Amino acid sequence: MATFPALPRRYHSASIWGLYIVGLCPAAWYFYQASTGGLGFNPVKEFEHVIGIWALRFIIATLAITPLRDLATINWVRYRRALGLIAFYYVLIHFAVYLLLDLQLNFGAVGSDIVRRPYITIGFGCLLMLIPLAVTSNNWSIRKLGHGWIKLHKLIYLIAAGGALHYVLAVKSVTLVPFIHVALIALLLAYRSVRKPIMDRKRARKNLGQPARAAR
Amino acid sequence: ASPLAGKPSDYKVDEKLTPKEAVTTYNNFYEFGVNKEDPSQNAGSFKPTPWSIKVDGLVGKPKEFGLDELMKMSLEDRTYRMRCVEGWSMVIPWIGFPLSAILDQVEPQGSAKYVSFETVVRPEEMPGQKGFFQPLPWPYVEGLRLDEARNPLTILAVGLYGETLPNQNGAPIRLVVPWKYGFKSIKSIVKISLVEKQPQTTWKNSNAREYGFYSNVNPAVDHPRWSQATEQRIGEGGLFGSNRHPTLPFNGYADQVASLYAGMDLKANY
Repeated sequence: MATFPALPRRYHSASIWGLYIVGLCPAAWYFYQASTGGLGFNPVKEFEHVIGIWALRFIIATLAITPLRDLATINWVRYRRALGLIAFYYVLIHFAVYLLLDLQLNFGAVGSDIVRRPYITIGFGCLLMLIPLAVTSNNWSIRKLGHGWIKLHKLIYLIAAGGALHYVLAVKSVTLVPFIHVALIALLLAYRSVRKPIMDRKRARKNLGQPARAAR
Repeated sequence: ASPLAGKPSDYKVDEKLTPKEAVTTYNNFYEFGVNKEDPSQNAGSFKPTPWSIKVDGLVGKPKEFGLDELMKMSLEDRTYRMRCVEGWSMVIPWIGFPLSAILDQVEPQGSAKYVSFETVVRPEEMPGQKGFFQPLPWPYVEGLRLDEARNPLTILAVGLYGETLPNQNGAPIRLVVPWKYGFKSIKSIVKISLVEKQPQTTWKNSNAREYGFYSNVNPAVDHPRWSQATEQRIGEGGLFGSNRHPTLPFNGYADQVASLYAGMDLKANY
């Protein structure tokens, strides 16, 4: 397997900050488009939808880090926190657009939406579940929580599934674009259930290979 | 689109017209794609001429109407509100004639209780009708009760804004039923049948819980996924000035149509 050219260590931190900037570019671009007429005649809805889709894309990227390392030996684990946080920021923007620009702080309507409309209940639940993940994304929390941190952050699987369901339930018919996003999330979640046997086999092969090479 | 004039009529709402650019670029016409800009971008190769509408079923004189004949009907200017089930609305100056004008010509029989409508199927000209992931089964079909179809508000439109219909708005001829959600106003009609039983309708078939046969605009009956109490007027306000209007019962046409539903439970018959 071809190895991916590794980034020199001294650029790691800069590349993470770069990812934050690049990751928030779509939000800035669509905000500019929406406020200058570039998103058509219903800019609030368009902006709300496109930001929601980008939130899912960053969740997909976050989930892709582990299989990339396992299967393609690309180790981008250092970017995972940034990807997850960017996803959280997009979910926050998505909700803020809905609350401020779409429903214009009509809390009664927001409350009845959350209670009565399953896709909004699910979306709001995902936002709530993302908060503890974002709050504990710092190194101090990782050290402090130890094994509990890993357990807590498995919530991302539920959030990803919820986000996909929220998307499917929100569209009038599932066409190619929603299908691709949902299929990627399904694939990445399904990988978690087969990961252990795959890794066990990989490790076993590696262990078998080592002494053979040594004997040569 | 070529210039087209209708006679002035009393059927007009005194509200600001939705800009023509919005009316012709913000469309739901899934035969050309599911995004709002898809119809205006993908309808360029659609051929609205030659065209004819076959009218059959429980009628004394079934007939095929050629487009030339339809364009010679007594055309009127009709400025109507248009309320989409998705929660947005427009005010559109249509040019058209009452549907009853052609129903009268074919002489519906006493047993005819409903009118069914069918959109053209042309995958080679309508990209939404080919490939994987087609959003709906084709042809798109819709229906009205015969008394709804004969209401003077119900028109077949052949133009808007002083021109023949752009392809993305349902060229060359479409239904406009202003007191019902927009999806009832079926586009690019090729067939009209008079029938005895309530006809199949595309969105009801696709999701009966969300889209009913009647689909009268009703602020008191929510769509399962959103409130129908208010609407966003397309073209008004921008990202920050989205000022929602209250939605009116029967889209503001209660005086003319509420009697059609006297005694009916409008929550059950949504």
